[in-house]
Amino acid sequence: MAITRTERVPLRAEQDIVLARQGVRRLAQELGFGIVDQTKIVTAASELARNAIIYGGGGEMRWETLNEGSRRGLRLHFVDQGPGIPDLERAMTDGWTSGTGMGLGLSGAKRLVNEFEIETAVGRGTRVTITRWK
Amino acid sequence: MDRIPILRMGEFLLVTIQVDMHDQLALTLQDDLTAEIQRRGSKGVLIDISALEMVDSFMGRMIANISAMARILDAETVVVGMRPAVAITLVELGLSLPGVHTALDVERGMQRLRGRLGRTDVGDGHHQN
Repeated sequence: MAITRTERVPLRAEQDIVLARQGVRRLAQELGFGIVDQTKIVTAASELARNAIIYGGGGEMRWETLNEGSRRGLRLHFVDQGPGIPDLERAMTDGWTSGTGMGLGLSGAKRLVNEFEIETAVGRGTRVTITRWK
Repeated sequence: MDRIPILRMGEFLLVTIQVDMHDQLALTLQDDLTAEIQRRGSKGVLIDISALEMVDSFMGRMIANISAMARILDAETVVVGMRPAVAITLVELGLSLPGVHTALDVERGMQRLRGRLGRTDVGDGHHQN
């Protein structure tokens, strides 16, 4: 698998969620994703960008466009240096929230992509990686 | 500060969301709309989201909140114009917007509101003079 392009987008303030969405939309369009696939990865990115800002105290999104054989994909990493998630299993459950949201961020984002990985360490931060293939 | 305009059409209010909303803008709309329902005594709210390319759980919650708040203030809300890709994504995300009335476009939404109010003579623009 080859990474064809990569870039970083800061996630500091609420407005950065909008910028992250717009950036992911543009990339998905460039990769030739259909409208439903575009919408799914943009929505997943919005959820994870908000998590990184609100729960993680800010961080960054790094994106990579991928080539594997004839298929192309978009991979997004959301990285924060926040408090981490003490009970990951519970955080991945629909409807569970530590804050004011609906508790659909992580579990919902996972359903919208082809690959989902999460690493978290209490006191050190969280990294979520999602991939959607065309 | 940025605001989403709220238009009055007879007894109804019409909100057309045309920008990619940041979270604060969505919260401001919630406040503005409930204040406007109270001030005008509006019986119905149409929220046109046909320009929205995505609705995430935050916006979905905002839409559900507006609908619930309006109901408590004796007004019906109809969300119109959701794109198919947005509907597919919302349901997969886990958000089916229970309790939120929807219609395919503004015209059908208006019909629905009129039907709920049990009359046909309001909100058509002829009573605004």
